[in-house]
Amino acid sequence: MRNTTAVPESRRRWLDVVHEWVKTVDHKKIGIMYICYALIFLLVAGFEALLMRIQLAIPNNTFVSPQVFNRLFTMHGTTMVFFVGMPILFGFGNYLIPLMIGARDMAFPRLNAFGFWISAFGGLLLYFSYLGGDGLYGAGSAPDVGWFAYAPLTSPAFSVGHSTDYWTLALLLSGIGSVATALNMVTTTICMRCPGMKLNRMPLLVWLYLVTSLMVFIAIGPLTAAQIMLMLDRYAGAHFFDTQAGGSAVLWMHFFWIFGHPEVYILVLPAFAFANEIIPVFSRKAIFGYPAMVAATIGIGFISLSVWAHHMFTVGLGAWANTFFTLATMVIAVPTGIKIFNWLATLWGGKIHFTVPMMFSVGFLFQFLIAGLTGIMLSVAPFDWQLGNSYFVVAHFHYVLVGAILMMIFAAFYYWSPKMTGRMLSEKLGKWHFWLFVIGFHLTFDFMHVPGLLGMPRRIYTYEADRGWMIWNLIVSSGAIFQAIGALVFVYNLVWSYFKGPIAGPDPWDAWTLEWSTPSPPPAYNFAVIPSVGSRRPLWDLKHPEDPDSNYEM
Amino acid sequence: MGGIAVLPHNPNEPWNLPSRGIVGMVCLIIAEAAIFIIFVVAYVFYLGKSLAGPTPRDVLELPIFTTICLLSSSFTVMGAVSALHKNQRNACSMWLALTVLLGFIFLAGTAHEWYNLIYRDGLTIRTNLFGTAFYSLVGLHATHVVLGLCLLSLALLFSLRGQMTSKHTERLEVLSIYWHFVDAVWVVVFLVVYVFGR
Repeated sequence: MRNTTAVPESRRRWLDVVHEWVKTVDHKKIGIMYICYALIFLLVAGFEALLMRIQLAIPNNTFVSPQVFNRLFTMHGTTMVFFVGMPILFGFGNYLIPLMIGARDMAFPRLNAFGFWISAFGGLLLYFSYLGGDGLYGAGSAPDVGWFAYAPLTSPAFSVGHSTDYWTLALLLSGIGSVATALNMVTTTICMRCPGMKLNRMPLLVWLYLVTSLMVFIAIGPLTAAQIMLMLDRYAGAHFFDTQAGGSAVLWMHFFWIFGHPEVYILVLPAFAFANEIIPVFSRKAIFGYPAMVAATIGIGFISLSVWAHHMFTVGLGAWANTFFTLATMVIAVPTGIKIFNWLATLWGGKIHFTVPMMFSVGFLFQFLIAGLTGIMLSVAPFDWQLGNSYFVVAHFHYVLVGAILMMIFAAFYYWSPKMTGRMLSEKLGKWHFWLFVIGFHLTFDFMHVPGLLGMPRRIYTYEADRGWMIWNLIVSSGAIFQAIGALVFVYNLVWSYFKGPIAGPDPWDAWTLEWSTPSPPPAYNFAVIPSVGSRRPLWDLKHPEDPDSNYEM
Repeated sequence: MGGIAVLPHNPNEPWNLPSRGIVGMVCLIIAEAAIFIIFVVAYVFYLGKSLAGPTPRDVLELPIFTTICLLSSSFTVMGAVSALHKNQRNACSMWLALTVLLGFIFLAGTAHEWYNLIYRDGLTIRTNLFGTAFYSLVGLHATHVVLGLCLLSLALLFSLRGQMTSKHTERLEVLSIYWHFVDAVWVVVFLVVYVFGR
């Protein structure tokens, strides 16, 4: 009898846990759900990248068919941008912003849950296309139009079946979720700060998320509008992007990239935000140039709205537009350079602790610099005419997305997961993860520039042996294996530490921002007493009452 | 380190932050404005590019009466908010009812216009680029009017049942900001579509 009652009881307990997570409006739980769901998609989209690299490792390969290859790069790009990058960054933001500003939750907790579930539903819908995309027509399963889905590929004539519709709907839903979450973050930051947390005392992470969220409003709108137009084209017979009725394919490009380029900064600003918190703590110094950092961030936010057409130099925009967008793109290097110098100045003369999060941060600094340099090269319109849509471009933007953003996301995991789970990640495994990943990253993306310079276009499913691209592609693909192993070590580390990692305690890094004043993991209400702060580093003030920061801050 | 770090709160220091509802609504309006801007750009971009008729000049008439109705509903909703602020509940219901009525007149005007365009002039979303851009822009705006009317009707219902008191002023104010935005968008649509685009 005892056994038979024990089984349903444990099952009920399990169901209780699921029920608790499904109905939760706690920003910490929603943040963790965002992160977990993004991690699952990271593995899926990473697996897709591996399949593509196997196909391209040698010439005339037949590992996957051309049709499957087209689906793979479409799904890889769409997943990584909308269902890995955005949710993982929103997840950290959701978790950290209220804790860092001394609030008990986000401004609109239920809207927060709505934003998460609608984004998650979008991701599932995208992958459901593998099952449902055939529809009645039996043509195409997953979308195969590329992640920027240029017209007329998306027109009913060229994209039969429902795969493109799943893509459109998935992005529309993800956009609604993103706007909901961004709205919540802005409102939380403006309206929920604890007493004394003036705007110029907020941790830089909160500042950067504020700018990111404001950019989400302006960037996601055009994407949503373009998706509505595309749906009207496909379902109601409208002619927005239908060239045969006088519509313009270039208009889609404009609308997409008015979203697409700010989106790059929406993804990279949170990475900067992590660096702004992690680098000072492990340099044992306050961040250098706090006001300059804020100003540079706002500058990036504004300039990034006027650079979109550098994705379209090869279209033939005319001399004036080319000149304008070349200049605007180059100008964005100025605030970005300010940031890099500020991070270097923070490191300079600091007592640097090379923990795993710091190692990833230093890797980020170096790799982001190189990514910026190839970015400056590509911003020159004539150079772009030569290398646009080549593997050079692919190498450049992966240098940003993997070399900078993903590296800082890993750093953020090592830094904040002790707060989230209460247990430290293994430093030893973390170092394995770091070195495997860095070696793999450089094998893949350093050498990927070369076939691009040799003229290898992106999105080709194979190439002939006499092109001279094989050795480079082989190196690129072998690097992908190192990265995959590194990622698996990371996942193992996450799982292991969740059960067996050393207990973290409230403040394992001897850090200075408010989230470290709570127990790890923090209780549902975050702060038993709403804190009150007098400087940018409230925990420093607490630990060093004889020498508080407020004596030095302007 | 101890578990909880609390710095002394100085109760003399005033600490007032803006209202969440209003900031949230302003954020939503920024995001919505971005969507509308793209639809307006598409409309302007496709002006005169239709390969076949009818053109805006052939079929569009200035919707002056319905425009006056919609724009004056901004003032009536302001009346409702200030009445609620003064706790004059009946006046608030009256102003809300007037707002809803004016909104419905506007929607009826749009419906009538569309009926004529479709059945008299043969203009649908499929006819040409003008039809495509016109119906989507005006339709997107009308969708927002419908949403606003639903919310306003709900507020009216609460008000009539006496469940709305001066405590809820801020919520009604948030709704009124949305309604002002819908009206402001109409000013742009009216100018672009009916005045300059004709």
